[in-house]
Amino acid sequence: MSIDTAPTVSATSLDATSSAATRRDILRRLLMTLGPILVALVIAGCILLAVGVDPLAYYGYVLEKGLLSPLGIQQTLTRMAPLLFLAAGLIVAFRAGMWNLGGDGQFLLGAVTAAASAPVLVQILPAWLALVCSFLIAMAVAMIWSLVPALLRAYQGVNEIITTLMMTFLGTSLANVLVKLVFRDPGTTVPQTRTLPVEDRLPRLFDTTITSGLLLGLAAIIIVHLVMTRTAFGLKLRIVGANPRAAVHAGLGVPGLTIAVFAISAGLAGLAGAVDIIGVQGNVRADWNPAYGLAVIPAVFLARMNGFAAIGFVFLLSVLSIGGESAARRLGVPNHFTLVLVSIVLIVLALAEYVDHRYNQSRKA
Amino acid sequence: MSNLSSSPADRRDIVALEGVTKRFPGIVANDSVDLSIRPGEVHVLLGENGAGKSTLIGMLSGLQQPDEGRILVDGKPMPITSPRHALALGIGTVFQHMMLVPTLTVAENLLLGGPWWQRPKTEELEARVAEITSSLGITVKLHAKVSELSLGEQQQVEILRAMVRNSRLLILDESTSMLTPKGIEELGALMRRLVEQGLAIVFITHKLKEAAAFGDRISVLKLGRKVGEIPPERFRALGEQEIISEIVELMFGQQKGDPEAVERPARAVQAEAAPLLRVVDLAVAPTDNAPGLSSISFDIRPGEILGIAGIDGNGQKQLAEALAGQRAATGGSVRLEDTPIEALSVGERRQRGLRYLTDDRLGEGTVGTFPVSINFFLKQVGAAPFWRGGVEQRAEIDRRASELVREYDVRTPSLKTPVARLSGGNIQKVLLARELAEGAKVVIFNKPTYGLDLANTLASRQRIRDTAARGLAVLLISTDLEELLSMCHRIAVIANGSLVGTVANTDDARTRVGRLMIGLAA
Repeated sequence: MSIDTAPTVSATSLDATSSAATRRDILRRLLMTLGPILVALVIAGCILLAVGVDPLAYYGYVLEKGLLSPLGIQQTLTRMAPLLFLAAGLIVAFRAGMWNLGGDGQFLLGAVTAAASAPVLVQILPAWLALVCSFLIAMAVAMIWSLVPALLRAYQGVNEIITTLMMTFLGTSLANVLVKLVFRDPGTTVPQTRTLPVEDRLPRLFDTTITSGLLLGLAAIIIVHLVMTRTAFGLKLRIVGANPRAAVHAGLGVPGLTIAVFAISAGLAGLAGAVDIIGVQGNVRADWNPAYGLAVIPAVFLARMNGFAAIGFVFLLSVLSIGGESAARRLGVPNHFTLVLVSIVLIVLALAEYVDHRYNQSRKA
Repeated sequence: MSNLSSSPADRRDIVALEGVTKRFPGIVANDSVDLSIRPGEVHVLLGENGAGKSTLIGMLSGLQQPDEGRILVDGKPMPITSPRHALALGIGTVFQHMMLVPTLTVAENLLLGGPWWQRPKTEELEARVAEITSSLGITVKLHAKVSELSLGEQQQVEILRAMVRNSRLLILDESTSMLTPKGIEELGALMRRLVEQGLAIVFITHKLKEAAAFGDRISVLKLGRKVGEIPPERFRALGEQEIISEIVELMFGQQKGDPEAVERPARAVQAEAAPLLRVVDLAVAPTDNAPGLSSISFDIRPGEILGIAGIDGNGQKQLAEALAGQRAATGGSVRLEDTPIEALSVGERRQRGLRYLTDDRLGEGTVGTFPVSINFFLKQVGAAPFWRGGVEQRAEIDRRASELVREYDVRTPSLKTPVARLSGGNIQKVLLARELAEGAKVVIFNKPTYGLDLANTLASRQRIRDTAARGLAVLLISTDLEELLSMCHRIAVIANGSLVGTVANTDDARTRVGRLMIGLAA
């Protein structure tokens, strides 16, 4: 997983056969990814059949609403913006071997601070500067929120899976408290923050409803991918992730890098919240929690933490969630069936990986 | 004890190993080992850490499978496929670390592993235990919680567990390491009574005294190979001191026709040259699983190879890590070319020319999944010309990597091959290339030939000699006395975290170092 998109090197004659090998490798990867997804679709179809829903109709609606109808595809692309930021954050953390599962808490705190700051700032600052400022504030708050698990992991070796998950419970509750008690819009009866006027939100792309946050998200994930694969900083993080003892041996400052990883990962999650609020929602309602953070984790795994592949899987996730919401309404399937589908894909993929590994082992023996 | 009926006179092997070889990535743990285990005998397996004792036990107890050779049980070839299978064959193992559930009572622990659909047969167990304990002359409190027992008592419970399961062969893995001297004595007496009942015992230890006191037959392992055996007839004929000196000879002595034997370095070191590395009173605090260091002092002049000899686990790794900056020192000074470096970080020390070649090649020396090319520069990440403005210069990296591959003769399918796929010898060449690269002044080699085959061992040693000949100061840490004698100018002996003596590598160095290693004055 180190240099996965490396162009063929011709440094030594020994490498002559490697380009053919690389092509076969890519083909195998493709097969190992798409095959399980097809199998998962069939299994999910069987479940739909069992509850008395025509799977073809379900998949048909998902495709139509999520991908083919003009309105649907615009919603899908808009949904991608926060998901891409979250995926970028997870790629940084996972490649460095740190399982930041606190994305939802960081996302919501970023969203609430953006919702609280943006409507105030647009009144005193030029619009673009106001938005930049509230993006930065959201990022900073999420970063600070990640400091507790980061410090515990860096200096005490406390497992970050537990701490980040716990911090997410606190974070979602804190976000709620902030909406209901501190940033509540006095002008409405529903508990929600003040609403950012539509004209002050991120511009839409051309004549569509697609938010320009999509471009920011794409930029974020591509930059993250390039940093992780092409720079010294990214390599240091990957060394920490792949072999922490080698990192110590090589003289890397592991605690500092750990804190940096958490800050970047959480900062990107905070930006995801901000881009959803400033670009699309305009305000945060009490008890709002789309749980994007957990939904993105499988997509990042399926992409094997490769930024470009993650764009594809985030798109797929987006299609499934937009299309799934609509198909669920029309066919009476619970809304969460999308998540069922995604988890089946992940489990089948893991099984395929295991079978492939065993096959390779037995062929070697 | 139905199948203990075999009389002591019946001296056929219960278990025999024939040419058993086991390899791990980069290391040959056991190299065609033959072993015969007979009823009524305590068979001592003696060897240092890393000699391959644990791997051998792993194969006997069904945890691991040999790559070559075969295991015979009662004279018939029999692959031992799992720990359960080993127990069914009558092979019981008491591992180095206690394997009892501390919150359960002794009786409950003994009953673990029975069929899950049956009620535990407590009465039956009590009768069995009474029978066994009375014949062995021990008492076991069946209803006490394991956590309330002393370590010695816990060990008796583990032995009892093996007996309750009708073991014919009992393997005791480093069983004395956690016992008090009195507990060790009791264990010795217990082993004697067990073999008198016709049991076979394999007793693993690295302590010479215990081997001589408790054994009937001793096999000595060294770097995965069995280098010698003292059979019972011979054992009885010798006194304890003679046995110990014979074992020392086997463990550290020169073997006939040993191809590794090379003349001692002829090159003299300029005695008046200022030392490149000077260490004064270096101290490191002990941790839970590692000894500390105290008052370590030595200096190394340019072109000199200073050896550190000693039984493994006496602070060698701590010394190397403290010098490299990986482990915090609690006192003392380290001066490189007369500049204090003890406050510097790992990276800064490397920058000044202090290089540390670790013995843990895959565990910390390399990142196994990364390509060979990147592993060459693991300690230079971000440095020009391989990174510019923090951006990787792939062409530059590959150009230099292929130079190093050629120069150090690294056999790799390509530069992009993950380094873990290479053999141990080739991984070592990658590390040598990395540490000896431009700017090296003082190099610490920690067990540089550990687990390598002969060709790579000789090549690595030559590389180290060449390093010193270039005028660098070399600290060579090794548990192979032969290696130190063939390469060093002086040899210091480490024991319990401090240097107990330094001898010049002259004709009588072998005996003097050997005596220091087993705790006698040189």
